[in-house]
Amino acid sequence: MNIVVTVKQVPDTWAEKKLDPSDMTTDRATVDNVLNEMDEYGVEEALLLKEAHGGEVTAVTMGPDKAVEAVRKALQMGADKGVHLCDASLHGSDALQTASALAKVIAPLNPDVVIVSSEASDARGGVVGALLAEYLGLPQLTLARKVTADPGGGTVTIERQTDNGYATVLGKLPVVVGVIEKINEPRYPSFKGIMAAKKKPLVTMTAADAGIDPGSAGPSGAYSEVDEAQPRPPKAAGQVVKDEGDGGAKLAAFLADQKLV
Amino acid sequence: MLDFQLSEEQETLRKTVEEFAREVVAPQAFASDESGEFPYEVVRQMGGMGLFGLPFPEEYGGMGGDYFALCLAIEELARADSSVAITLEAGVSLGAMPLYRFGSEEQKREWLPRLTSGQALGAFGLTEPDGGSDAGATRTRARLEDGEWVIDGSKSFITNAGTDISCLVTVTAVTGLGVGGRKEISSILVPVPHSGFRVSKKYSKVGWHASDTRELSFEDCRVPEENLLGEPGRGYANFLSILDEGRIAISALGVGLAQGCLDECVAYAKEREAFGYPIGRNQGIAFKIADMEMRAHIARLAYYAAAAKMLAGRPFKKEAAIAKLYSSESAVDNARDATQIFGGYGFMNEYAVARHWRDAKVLEIGEGTSEVQRMLIARELGL
Ligand SMILES: Cc1cc2nc3c(=O)[nH]c(=O)nc-3n(C[C@H](O)[C@H](O)[C@H](O)COP(=O)(O)OP(=O)(O)OC[C@H]3O[C@@H](n4cnc5c(N)ncnc54)[C@H](O)[C@@H]3O)c2cc1C
Repeated sequence: MNIVVTVKQVPDTWAEKKLDPSDMTTDRATVDNVLNEMDEYGVEEALLLKEAHGGEVTAVTMGPDKAVEAVRKALQMGADKGVHLCDASLHGSDALQTASALAKVIAPLNPDVVIVSSEASDARGGVVGALLAEYLGLPQLTLARKVTADPGGGTVTIERQTDNGYATVLGKLPVVVGVIEKINEPRYPSFKGIMAAKKKPLVTMTAADAGIDPGSAGPSGAYSEVDEAQPRPPKAAGQVVKDEGDGGAKLAAFLADQKLV
Repeated sequence: MLDFQLSEEQETLRKTVEEFAREVVAPQAFASDESGEFPYEVVRQMGGMGLFGLPFPEEYGGMGGDYFALCLAIEELARADSSVAITLEAGVSLGAMPLYRFGSEEQKREWLPRLTSGQALGAFGLTEPDGGSDAGATRTRARLEDGEWVIDGSKSFITNAGTDISCLVTVTAVTGLGVGGRKEISSILVPVPHSGFRVSKKYSKVGWHASDTRELSFEDCRVPEENLLGEPGRGYANFLSILDEGRIAISALGVGLAQGCLDECVAYAKEREAFGYPIGRNQGIAFKIADMEMRAHIARLAYYAAAAKMLAGRPFKKEAAIAKLYSSESAVDNARDATQIFGGYGFMNEYAVARHWRDAKVLEIGEGTSEVQRMLIARELGL
C-alpha cells in the first residue's frame, strides 16, 4: 500500500505558546519545537499498516526550515520517504490554504491511504484533515480508534469513536483516515532508525514546485485572519464539592457534565 | 579535539531516551522502588528501542552504535531511575559484552541476538562472599571431567541473574594453577536455569530496589567444555578489561543521577517558599545548586573524555577510573544536597530525590570501590 501521513512541527507541549505580535501567527522561533504529539499516532498507524500489508510510508509536512525535523522524526520511526513543502510565501497560511497546499503535494503521490491526526496542538483547528480530503476529492473516515485495511478488496474499515461507543465505518480506497490518540502506542525511534533516517530520501519543495499559485498563498490570500488575541485568563479557583452524604453522586454529575465520563 | 558537542545522531538518541525516561520510566519509578519488583515492561520497551543492542554490530542483532551511545542512554535513564539504568548497564557491559569481546563465533551467534534485543539478560559473576575488590582471590572452582566443567562455589551481589528473563551467567572460576603456583582463572558460561545452579532470594538492599541482585551458588554444576569463554587462564585479564569499560558506563549512570537531583532542585528552589519568598533566593540554597551543576558538568566531561580515548583505541584505564570515581562521588554529594534542599519531603520515599539518595551510595561500591579507583589511578602514576 502506498501510505501518506501528514506531520507537523509544533511548539513543545511543555512550552508556553504565544502569537508573534507582528503578524499574529504562532511564535515558533522562541520555543522548542517537536513533532505534534497527535501525529506520532498517525505515523505509528501508517507504519503498522505498512508492516501488515507491505508498501511504503511517505511523511509530508508544510512549514518553515526547521519543520523538516518533524519529517525526520517520522523517518526515524520508520517512514520510508519524506516531503517538506517549504516556502516563505506560505508563512501565515490558514487552514484552507494549508489543506490546499498539502493536497497539491499529496495528490501526485497517488496514495492509497492518507493518514492525518485529529488536530495539531498549536492552532487546534482540527479541520485540516477534513479539508484535505475535500481538496483531494477522497472520502474521509474520521476519529478512527482502530483501522483495518483490506488492500485486496480495496477497502479500509475503522472503528469510529463516538460519545458513547463506536461505529464501524467502511471506506473505499483511496481514502483519508483521521486517527485519535487511543489508536496505538507510538514507538520510540531506535538507534538503527535514527542512523537509517539520514540516508532516506527527503525532498524539499517550494510553492512553485508544488504548483501553488503565488497569489493565493500567505496572509493576503487567506480566508481567515487573526485580528486580536488575548492571553488565557489565569486559572479560576476550582469548584469545591461538599460531601453531605451525596458527594459521590455530585462528583459523578460534575464529571458527566464536563463529558469526562 | 576540544569539542564535546554531540553529533546530530547522538543528540537525537539522547533526546529520544530522555523522552522515554520522562514518559515511561519516571512514572513507574516510585512504585517499583516500593515493591522491589523488576520492571519487566520497561525493559521490554527498552529492548524494542534497541537500547540493549547499542554498542553491538547488526550481525548480532545490535544497533551498530558504540559504547558512548550506550553511555548516553544510561545517563538519561539514570536521571529518572537508577534501577532501570543499572539493568541496562549490567545487561550490556557485564552480560553481553564479555561474550562479544571474548566469545567464539558460535557462542556469539548462540547468545548475542537474545541479549542485544533485550529479550533476555546475561549476568556476570565475579564477586564472592569472601571478597570483591581482590578479585584474584576467587575461590569458586571448575574442573574438567569427561568433557564437562564441574563448577563449585558461590558468588554474591550478582545483578540480573534471577529475573524471569535471565538466560546466562558468566562466572569466573579457578581452573588450575599456573606457573609459580599462581591461580589460573577462567570464565565459563552457565545457561540458566541449570541443574546444580541456584539463585537465592533477592537481597534486601538500601537502594536499586527494582534491580535484580542475587547470591548464586554452584554445586556440582556441569556445563559442556565448549562453554569456556575466551582462552583458559585469561579469565582474570579479560574481566579486568571488561571492568575498565564498565567504569565509563557506571560513570554515565552517576552523572545521570547527579543531573536528576539537579533537575529536581532547580524546579523546587523556584517554587518552594519560606519566609515569603522562594528558597532558591537564599545563597545558602543557590550556591549548593551551583555546586551540584558544577559536579554534574565536570563528571560528564570526565566520562566523555574517557569514552573518547577508549573509542580512539588509546589507553583509557586511568581516565575511566577518574570518571567513575568522580561521578559516583558527585552523585552521592548531589543526592545529599538535594535531599537537604527538599527538607522533610527529601526524606519521603515518594520524592525522587529520596530515592536518588538511597540509589547513589552503591555507585561508590559496585564495579570497583572508590578505594580501588584510587589504587588504579595511583598505580597509573607509578605509585
Ligand atoms: C547492588 C550491587 C550489585 C552488584 N553487582 C555485581 C555483579 O553483577 N557482578 C559482580 O561480580 N559483582 C557485583 N557487585 C559486587 C561489587 O562489585 C563488590 O561489592 C565490590 O567490588 C566490593 O567488593 P566487596 O563487597 O567484597 O568489598 P571488599 O573487597 O571486601 O572491600 C571492603 C572495603 O575494603 C576496601 N578495600 C579493599 N581492598 C583495599 C585496598 N587494597 N586498599 C584500600 N581499601 C581497600 C574496599 O574499598 C571497601 O571499602 C555488586 C554489588 C552491589 C552492592
